[in-house]
Amino acid sequence: MSTVLKMDRREFLKGVGLSSGALTLGVAIPTGSVLAGASSNGTFHPNAFVSIDKTGLVTIIAHRSEMGQGSKTGLPMIVADEMEADWNRVSVKQGLADKAYGSQNTDGSRSIRRFYQPMRKVGATVKDMLLTAAAQTWSVDKKDCLVANHQVTHKPSGKSLHFGQLVGVAQTLPVPKDVTLKPEKEFRYVGKDVPIVDLEDMVTGQGVYGIDAHVDGMLYAQIERCPVYGGTVKSFDASAALKVKGVREVFVIEHKGIPTQFASVGGVAVIADNTWAAIKGRQQLKIDWDMGENRVYDSSSYRRQLEQAVNKPAKVVRKEGDATAALKATKKRITADYYLPALVHAPMEPPACVAWVQKDKAQVWACVQAPQGVQQVVAGGTGLKPEQVEVNVTLLGGGFGRKSKPDFVFEAAVISKRIGKPVKLNWTREDEVKHGYYHSVSAHHLEAAIDDNKVSAWLHRNAHPSISYTFDKNAEHASDGELSLGFADLPFAIPNIQHENGAIKGHTRIGWLRSVSNIFNVFASGVFVDEIAAARKKDPVDNLLELMGPDRHLSFDESGFKFSNYGENIEQYPYDIKRLKEVTRRAAKNSNWKAKTKEGNGKGICVYRSFLSYISMVVDVSVQDKELKVNKVYCVVDCGRVVNPDRVRSQMEGSIIFGLSLAYYGKITAKEGAIEQSNFHDYPLLRIPQTPEIHIELVQSEELPTGVGEPGVPPVAPALINAIFAATGERIRELPLNQRFSV
Amino acid sequence: MIELTINGKKQQLDVEPDMPLLWAIRDIAGLTGTKFGCGKALCGACTLHLDGVAIRSCVTPVSYAAGKSITTIEGLGAEKMHPLQQAWIDHSVPQCGYCQSGQLMQAASLLAQNNNPSDKEIDQAMSGNICRCGTYPRIRAAIKDAAKATQS
Repeated sequence: MSTVLKMDRREFLKGVGLSSGALTLGVAIPTGSVLAGASSNGTFHPNAFVSIDKTGLVTIIAHRSEMGQGSKTGLPMIVADEMEADWNRVSVKQGLADKAYGSQNTDGSRSIRRFYQPMRKVGATVKDMLLTAAAQTWSVDKKDCLVANHQVTHKPSGKSLHFGQLVGVAQTLPVPKDVTLKPEKEFRYVGKDVPIVDLEDMVTGQGVYGIDAHVDGMLYAQIERCPVYGGTVKSFDASAALKVKGVREVFVIEHKGIPTQFASVGGVAVIADNTWAAIKGRQQLKIDWDMGENRVYDSSSYRRQLEQAVNKPAKVVRKEGDATAALKATKKRITADYYLPALVHAPMEPPACVAWVQKDKAQVWACVQAPQGVQQVVAGGTGLKPEQVEVNVTLLGGGFGRKSKPDFVFEAAVISKRIGKPVKLNWTREDEVKHGYYHSVSAHHLEAAIDDNKVSAWLHRNAHPSISYTFDKNAEHASDGELSLGFADLPFAIPNIQHENGAIKGHTRIGWLRSVSNIFNVFASGVFVDEIAAARKKDPVDNLLELMGPDRHLSFDESGFKFSNYGENIEQYPYDIKRLKEVTRRAAKNSNWKAKTKEGNGKGICVYRSFLSYISMVVDVSVQDKELKVNKVYCVVDCGRVVNPDRVRSQMEGSIIFGLSLAYYGKITAKEGAIEQSNFHDYPLLRIPQTPEIHIELVQSEELPTGVGEPGVPPVAPALINAIFAATGERIRELPLNQRFSV
Repeated sequence: MIELTINGKKQQLDVEPDMPLLWAIRDIAGLTGTKFGCGKALCGACTLHLDGVAIRSCVTPVSYAAGKSITTIEGLGAEKMHPLQQAWIDHSVPQCGYCQSGQLMQAASLLAQNNNPSDKEIDQAMSGNICRCGTYPRIRAAIKDAAKATQS
């Protein structure tokens, strides 16, 4: 249950920069546990979201970071709806880093699902206070008053006051403890397509991103980092760099050893009057590196290690029945091995920020997904206390998980502290590609037993460096959180199931990237189930529906597997097979699944629940003379109640293109510890001519809202592989596809 | 000193002649609508117009722009929103929005040369501009709408 507190108004106004005389409210809301790599203490925090000034302007704080997913619009829409504000008289302001807002850690596809109810309560509380204020003003019964379209009306007399006129009285009132939420069917904005609040700024070049932040007197920094993770500077010669016009200073950024977590990997910083001078100075550096222990990392030998790890018994994660015995006893056993390379995030805006560290405070302006984490990290780098660090969250030019890792803000803060001036640090594309927190490379071994043409056993063994390696040098196994991402949460009704995780150590920073381990786990299971369909001579959709089994809520209690369920209670957010089957059937229907296709054409399907949402993808391809073309993608999404349907559609469009990019091109490799790729020529992304036609259906639902930003990604690549099989009879078991096809 | 004409305004910039136009415009002239994406003319985020034609400012030395007319996203619809900007709004094209300045400048250059582009011509003209969010389907639709608006 939420509780509502009255905030110190002056403190709040300082945050939003409003004039005095406004009504402001603070609301305590629950926060809970989180996904891989994120931090949370699961406690209650006081918060402040809404203020109204005397003109009636309602200001709503967006406390989550905006990186294209639309929650900066979606969450305030919910507040405005509940408080009956007129959206045209609502101003949305980005909140500073502040525990008062609850979790600001914008990842895990959580913004709407975690804050739908709290934001409703925020709005309903404001509405109730405005009603009370009006009733008091008129000395009438509150029950006879009605709030609608930014004003309160006394029904019997017809008199009315707009929100701004009620501010004076409302701020003298106690904050009600219990308020009634409006019936969801009466929503005015929720469920409608509402343009994002920054739309006009974005098309006129006025949006301010991390790279655009400006502080008068700031200098510009570039950092040359060791090509190998964990390497250090032995010595350097800055004499040529210092001769470049505009270069002021060159010094070492300390590397504190593996794991670096969110601190800098270290390097040599060049400080200059502008970005170009810093880049030119950096090019003139001569550095002798000690490459450190990870110089042994080589992607081809590492691949062999991964494949060995999945081809012998490994740590058992989920065990139901006895898959080993069933696989031994069966007459028909099919096996397959899959391999997917590492990936890097490549947001269009590389990491960038401005930091200004002074004696007793620091200010940063940065494109970050987790501003409260930035306070901790900057505090760690400067010796300040977290509460002395002001974090201004700019727009993010894409995030995809990269900007959850504030190593770049750490670097800027360390530099600013040393030079005593504000500094802008903007990573180059090469920096971003070569010094990432990489999505893991992975290998998979799967086996199935088919008896009497029924699947009697399923074994999936995977191995990949864990995100835990970024925080613990000795980590060798995936965490429970990672194993809950498309791996051991396999939704099939098979009597004997076993999931095992092989041991492997990391050699780079490993990070979460849009949908995380679901990418490779759902790839392996999504393709293998299609191989089973072929082995059983069954239609892939019929095969899927049969394996999903009877309508039920999945439980993993008996299997020894600790399912994280994306940090949510399984009672509140069950794994509902009925919904999974429904999106499967709808995708088949929308894609006219059973219609005959032309020679060289084929359709493939993959269906999965991730981030609590149920998603199906059907991909329609043509393959001719090794030329691969995706013609059309059909997507059905059941993400519970939809707040802003247009933004759900846009996230699915984006997820499909993101999924095709990684399927076509996604490959990060290392040689002697150094990442071999550097920019968009050798780490390509999908471009407009390759974009297929996209058909999206949103399932109308009154269930709780669930994740949107990530769950569209995992099913894309496996559906594509299955489509290629349907078109050609060729089964592909590794990515990327540009190794085999012209794409 | 290099004299540049940016969005119709003459400015003297104290910069080295080899500085890419992108950094001169962003760091020195203070116009940040033009974005950095790759520094190698691979992504199109830095696209602006030089004498009306789309170029990649990240690889164009500022000295090359001297005496030419530069239009950035800030100048595209300065008096009245360009039909492309309106179409971008109508189709809710942007997600993160970062690459959209470059996309719009590239599309504006296309429509200035060809106000009735075919699907293929749109794909060709826009193929140098990457959008990691995947707004391509909407970019296509918005360009078609803007082309219609330009014709009428």
